[in-house]
Amino acid sequence: MAIESLPNPALPSRSGPSFGFLTATPIIAVATICLTLVILSAIFAPWLTSHDPQLLAPALRLKPASSEYLLGTDAYGRDVLARILYGGRISLLIGLGAAVTSIVIGLFIGLFSGFFKLADAVMMRVMDGLMAMPGVLLAIAVVSLSGATLTTVLIAITIPEIPRVARLVRSVVLSAREEPYVEAAISLGSSMPKIMLKHLMPNTVAPLIVQGTFIAASAILTEAILSFLGAGISPETPTWGNIMAEGRAFFQVKPSLIFWPGLLLSIAILSVNLIGDAARDALDPRMQQREAGK
Amino acid sequence: MSELVNPTVNTRPIALEIENLVVGVGKSGAGKKIIDGISLQVRQGETLCVVGESGSGKSVTSLSTMGLLPRDSLKAIGGSIKLVGEDVLQASDRRLRQLRATTMAMIFQEPMTALNPVVPVGKQIDEVLRTHTSLGASARRARILDMMEQVRLPDVKRIFASYPHRLSGGQRQRIMIAMALVLEPKLLIADEPTTALDVTTQAQILKLIRDLQKDHGTAVLFITHDMGVVADIADRVAVMRHGRLVETGALKDVLSAPTQDYTRNLLSSVPSLVPRAAREEAGFNPVVLEANELGKVYRERSMFGKPREVHAAQDVTLTLRKGRTLGIVGESGSGKSTVARCIVRLIDPTSGGIRLAGREISDLSRHALQPHRKKIQIVFQDPYRSLNPRITIGESICEGPINFGTKHSVAMARARELLELVGLPPDAVSRYPHQFSGGQRQRIAIARALALDPEVLVADEAVSALDVSVQAQVLRLLDDIQTRLGIAILFITHDLRVAAQICDDVAVMQHGRVVEQGPAAEVLANPQQPYTRQLLDAAPGRGWDFANFRAVDGSTTVPAA
Repeated sequence: MAIESLPNPALPSRSGPSFGFLTATPIIAVATICLTLVILSAIFAPWLTSHDPQLLAPALRLKPASSEYLLGTDAYGRDVLARILYGGRISLLIGLGAAVTSIVIGLFIGLFSGFFKLADAVMMRVMDGLMAMPGVLLAIAVVSLSGATLTTVLIAITIPEIPRVARLVRSVVLSAREEPYVEAAISLGSSMPKIMLKHLMPNTVAPLIVQGTFIAASAILTEAILSFLGAGISPETPTWGNIMAEGRAFFQVKPSLIFWPGLLLSIAILSVNLIGDAARDALDPRMQQREAGK
Repeated sequence: MSELVNPTVNTRPIALEIENLVVGVGKSGAGKKIIDGISLQVRQGETLCVVGESGSGKSVTSLSTMGLLPRDSLKAIGGSIKLVGEDVLQASDRRLRQLRATTMAMIFQEPMTALNPVVPVGKQIDEVLRTHTSLGASARRARILDMMEQVRLPDVKRIFASYPHRLSGGQRQRIMIAMALVLEPKLLIADEPTTALDVTTQAQILKLIRDLQKDHGTAVLFITHDMGVVADIADRVAVMRHGRLVETGALKDVLSAPTQDYTRNLLSSVPSLVPRAAREEAGFNPVVLEANELGKVYRERSMFGKPREVHAAQDVTLTLRKGRTLGIVGESGSGKSTVARCIVRLIDPTSGGIRLAGREISDLSRHALQPHRKKIQIVFQDPYRSLNPRITIGESICEGPINFGTKHSVAMARARELLELVGLPPDAVSRYPHQFSGGQRQRIAIARALALDPEVLVADEAVSALDVSVQAQVLRLLDDIQTRLGIAILFITHDLRVAAQICDDVAVMQHGRVVEQGPAAEVLANPQQPYTRQLLDAAPGRGWDFANFRAVDGSTTVPAA
């Protein structure tokens, strides 16, 4: 790939990012497959299991795996497989939601900070302040102030991610606005919004896709941490974190209560991170050159 | 210089002999041939200039000789490179490391990136000696100081301990030369060593290389794209194109009687230093652009003490009439680009006024300025960065007219016309910048600037990044556009040859001030100020009229042709 593009190294991709990198190496391909399976299993949870993840059945507490309950039941007699599958829905939704929301807000802040000096001074100090607080602590504070629902948890997880996106966008804008084509647009009389949307924003797409994958992974993890600490979504709602938090008490009796959701969580996060790495390598021309010149 | 070609040179032993070199793309070199059968010879004490436009393979030739081809992408698959009889292509990595510095050395275009920024320059030269000799510390130091004196650095003890960023570009290149020659290599490869330097510094460095060569008898393989430099330094010339050797011979023969069409074209494209015939006086043409005592001060804030002030431009007064071309010439840091950017209001001047078509624009707010933007447009130096790579050529050209209320379909039709005007096919509108060469992109940038029917076109080093033949085409295009549209051009350049061929009037800038101003024919043929004279004297190749294949009298009082 790199060799063929050598005579014309400045070749920019024009049709936006291509997704060939998803199968670039065997490991990335495995990660792509794993993530696809996890997503599909969450989407098709009602078809994969006939059990209700929230139906209490005190008579069937802590049953071992059987043909009826493939992974057994938990301390309240609920089907563990059903809870894990349904829990994936919440976890993945939070990952996606946090990534999209923080990117949209961060992009907006970053574009303005990169372009207007006054906005930069104010907003970047706010961002610095946010970054100074540990994300999990901030999330716990937000959740305990406003009550634990899916929305508040999502907001609580999103807020600490915004400064990272804003800074990334700002740095891209700061270097892109020095490009002669942006100066040409200024002298052509283009308005600020037009310059931002047409000339500056497209430069942020590639780094944001990469950042988005990392935010998604870390949001899934943060949600699990919040649930595990009891500060997350209410315990009857299945999320990977909740399942593990409840299973902790029965760890010695039934380790699989923690093992299976933990395994799925790890696979999901590892896959997302690997795909994010692959996306970074594929979208960053410097990385490609390094590969070629190795 | 012809006096350097003395008959004894040709009998001296051969230092470098490249025979039938073939370099291919790819790990195994099986791809496209970048170099296809090059044979060169450099004898001791001789300078061979390899000249060619970008993509001719001249740099790959020098890298092959040094054994520095990027392993994964280029490979020599045929021929031999004999360095004092030893084939470099067959040498082991270890042997190559020994050969470099001891038998061959290289200097590069950009001395700042070739030097380590965190190590004092003296130490960097010392490293060469430590690696390749068994001299003691004091002997090494003495030798380095001696070498630094040979490259005519002032105050060598201080410079020995200086970091690269404390030195000027010319001093850095001298350090590179000292480092290259400290072990007295048989062969010195110089890859565009003066391209990044100002003309006056370039003239000094060229003289230095020539003098050192005479003293040490080094063979020099000099890579350049600049015919002026060739005329000043070469004993023999090899012209390359597309990885093949077009023509090779003694300097005088190649310059005065080129046998190949390509060489003839290349030489004809070199603009003459003799100013072109003055156009009829345009005293009655209306003034479209005026700068009055324009100034730009940069303030460096510091926490303690007074802020440091840098005057990038001071009291610059210029007048440009319709249909005329005013050149601003000067070396880097002279403030010529600052003036251009102030005039286009990409930066705000700190003092003085700018009148554009009779309207003062220097104090207008960003918003109030908008309607006036269309009257003045700018073309930048770097054709690879001045077009947004993500949008089509058509969208780029349409952007201005659409900003001023033109309908998209009308603007697009105009874009097609403009592309034809600048000599590109109209269907280029739907293509993207990377599908075009540098010269074509510069044409597109010109078309984009013209889309608003401006009264003034500012060309900020607009042809400096282009190969000489492409440069000649773009200059012709600008001239043609001016005749057709009656546009006024403010032409910023460091190249006196270009200025002599395109400008009606010239303003020479130094340290932010205009030192001399007047009709090009007078300023460039009969300069009054010592600085202008110095610039003209430093212009490489002033002893040759390339386009007419003859040597000329090199004094500054050449009558206007």
